[in-house]
Formats: sequence, structure tokens, C-alpha cells
Amino acid sequence: MCLAIPAEVVEVIEGEIAVVDFGDAKKRVSLALVDGVEKGDFVLVHAGFAIEKVDAEEALKTRQLFEELERLNEAN
Amino acid sequence: MKLIEEYRNPAVMKELAEKVKELGVRSTLMEVCGTHTMAISRFGLRSFLPPEVDLVSGPGCPVCVTADRDIDRAIALSAIGDVTLATFGDMVRVPGSRSSLQEASASGANVKVVYSPLEALEMAKSDRERKIVFLGIGFETTAPAVAATIIEAKRENINNFFVLSLHKLVPPALRALAELPDFHVDGFILPGHVSTIIGSKAYEFLASEYGIPGVIAGFEPTDVMRAIYMLLRMQKEEAEIAIEYTRAVKPNGNRKAIETMHEVFEPCDAEWRGLFRLAGSGLLLRENYKEFDAGEWEVDVPPPLEKKGCRCGDVLCGRIKPMECGLFGKTCTPETPVGPCMVSSEGTCASYYLYCDE
Ligand code: SF4
Repeated sequence: MCLAIPAEVVEVIEGEIAVVDFGDAKKRVSLALVDGVEKGDFVLVHAGFAIEKVDAEEALKTRQLFEELERLNEAN
Repeated sequence: MKLIEEYRNPAVMKELAEKVKELGVRSTLMEVCGTHTMAISRFGLRSFLPPEVDLVSGPGCPVCVTADRDIDRAIALSAIGDVTLATFGDMVRVPGSRSSLQEASASGANVKVVYSPLEALEMAKSDRERKIVFLGIGFETTAPAVAATIIEAKRENINNFFVLSLHKLVPPALRALAELPDFHVDGFILPGHVSTIIGSKAYEFLASEYGIPGVIAGFEPTDVMRAIYMLLRMQKEEAEIAIEYTRAVKPNGNRKAIETMHEVFEPCDAEWRGLFRLAGSGLLLRENYKEFDAGEWEVDVPPPLEKKGCRCGDVLCGRIKPMECGLFGKTCTPETPVGPCMVSSEGTCASYYLYCDE
């Protein structure tokens, strides 16, 4: 339940909303919990909110596991 | 994706396993977070550990620690005619005393699964006649998102959006565990994403007051192995709180998220399955946001019924392993779950069952 998935910010809209790319899907997320997010940043996304900025390369490394866990969650 | 291999590299795992073995420390470590429980089973991490190192699970699955009484309350709310109860997918199959939200919905209650509390707010905006109650469940990872949604509802003056806050805080539960007379854990593998919000400093008391070390770990196999190695070394040397998951966690956490959570919520007592009522371990809406609080609505909730034979409470405190429950794999399976630990994909019983651990 506390899964947070890394995603790349592809667009920032009016400061508070961003479009992020999870690799296989794009989603709108709220930026209400993190300051100073810019296009090209990587963020951890949880329940529709960015909860922290993360290092880009490091973020990609962990994404696959989370995707797997998500799929299991959905299958359940 | 090639980069992932670094975290799953068998050579790195072997090397870490060797180092763990060389230390020769007898140890019982608790992984607090349900996602870790799942990852440990999924990757068969126990097979890399020497017999003297044991892993037990803790109270780290928000769905599993929710008390039957609170689930019963949510079900009662969902039965009110003009109410739609919105919550995360993990929650709907969890049995309360008499049924789950899913069963309640099959018999006419209005239950909707959402991915984000913002979706519940959108539902309220698009149908102003219905009352949308968001069942707020989760630890510090989730509570700031719900808080931000409530702030948004207030800003936009949405008066048909409500929250039943069953959020729980991790540090008070760890303190309660450390205080238990029969608690014999030598170190904590601390949750990754709860810690993204609260930071490592929130756990300092474990080392300084109870002499129990803790390492905040990421979710890849080598992350968890490295955390185990760090904990065993601390057990030999000095108890500390350290961060292995440095790519997502800072000592002070995310200030803005913490402030958002505190703006809307204040700590309150909360009931945990297996740990009873813990002071200051839940979150209640503050006076300034009371108009969004569904927790105070008058509803008839029949007294909770006990689930005969289910030992989720003992599983969640690390007292027993799932196989020690008489129902495990017999009457209780993921298809016919008796307790929440068998329902949630992060539940300890489900993790053991699915991956045939040990
Ligand atoms: S195996 Fe089933 S009945 Fe036993 S503790 Fe786990 S969830 Fe409860």
C-alpha cells in the first residue's frame, strides 16, 4: 500500500499539476507535496501525488520491481 | 531495462550473503513494511541467509492492522442511502466482522475503488447530490496526499466530500512493539516510502532508548540484503538508525508533506489489530477541517465479532509465523481468506502462501 513509483515529469501545468511518464503510461499527478518540480525531473508517485524528487538514473533502476508488485496488486 | 540488473545481480547477492555469514551473528530482524515482506518472499531472500538469521514480519500493512471495528464502521457508512464510499483497491476485500466492503457492495451499498483521494474529490464535484466519503487508510506515505485533498476541498468549498480517517503512524507502533515484554527483535528493516515522508530522524528513539538498530531499506533484493548486513554489524557494534535507500530518503524527510499532514490532522489514539489502542498513533481531522470528518457521523455499528482461530494479531507483532496459525492453508487461503493478512497482497500470510516460503 505504501508503494511509490518513479516517473519522469514531462510537463508542469500551472505549477501544481504535472503530467508524468511511468514508461508504459502517462498520468496527471498533483505537485502539492513537493516544491520546485520541473520538466525532466523524476518524482516518486503515490496515490496521485508526487511525494519526493529522486535521482533520474536511480529511479529507473527500481521501477521494474514496483511495476511487478503493482501488477500483483491488481491481479489480487 | 538493463539498470535493474545491478540491484538483482546474483554475484552481488552472493557477495553480500557471504559477508552476512562471515559476521556469524545470531539475529532476529523484523521487516516492518508489507512491501518488504512481499519482496522478501518474492525473491526468496531467506535462501540467501544463514540459519542463525531469522526474518519476522511486523505491523506494516495498513490494511492488515485496521481493526474489525473500523472496517465495520466503514461498511455501515457505505449502507447509507445517499453515500458513496470511495477507497483504495486493497481495502475492499478485507473482511470486517460480518462482511467486507465488496460483499456490502454486492448487497446494494455504494462502494467505489479509487487510485487517488483526488478521484474521490472529483466524484463529489461531479455529483453534488451524493455524499462522497473517502475511506482514508494508510501510513505517513498516504496521509499527506489525503490532507492535500482535504485542503483542496476546502479551497473549492466542496461540502459533499468527507473523509473517514483511519490513518496510522508508524513510529508509535514501533515504540509499542519495543515495549512488549515478549518482544525479542534485534533490529528493524524500516519502511522505504513511509520514511520518504518522515525521514530517518523519526526513528532515532529506537536506537537511543531501546538499543534496537534500524535501517531504512529499498525494495530490491540487494537493498534488503545490504540492510540486513548493516543491521547485523550494528548489532555487533553500536545501535544506530541508518538509510540504505538513500535514493528516496533523507534524514529529515519531506518537510512540505509533513507540514501538509499536520495542517489537516492531529494525532489521536487508534486501534491496531494485535496491538490494541495506541496513544497518538492515529490521525484525526483538526477543528478547522471538521466539516469534512465522517468519523463523527452517527451510525449504528454492531459490536465486532471475533474471528475464531485467526491469529493475524500475533502475526502482525512477529510473535508467530503464518504457518503456526492452525487455519493457514487449510480454511484460510487467498481465495477464502479468514483474516486480513491473507487478503492483502502485502499481507504476511498471503506472501507466505503465494510464494510457498519455507
Ligand atoms: S492464516 Fe488466515 S486465519 Fe491464520 S493468521 Fe493468517 S489470515 Fe488469520
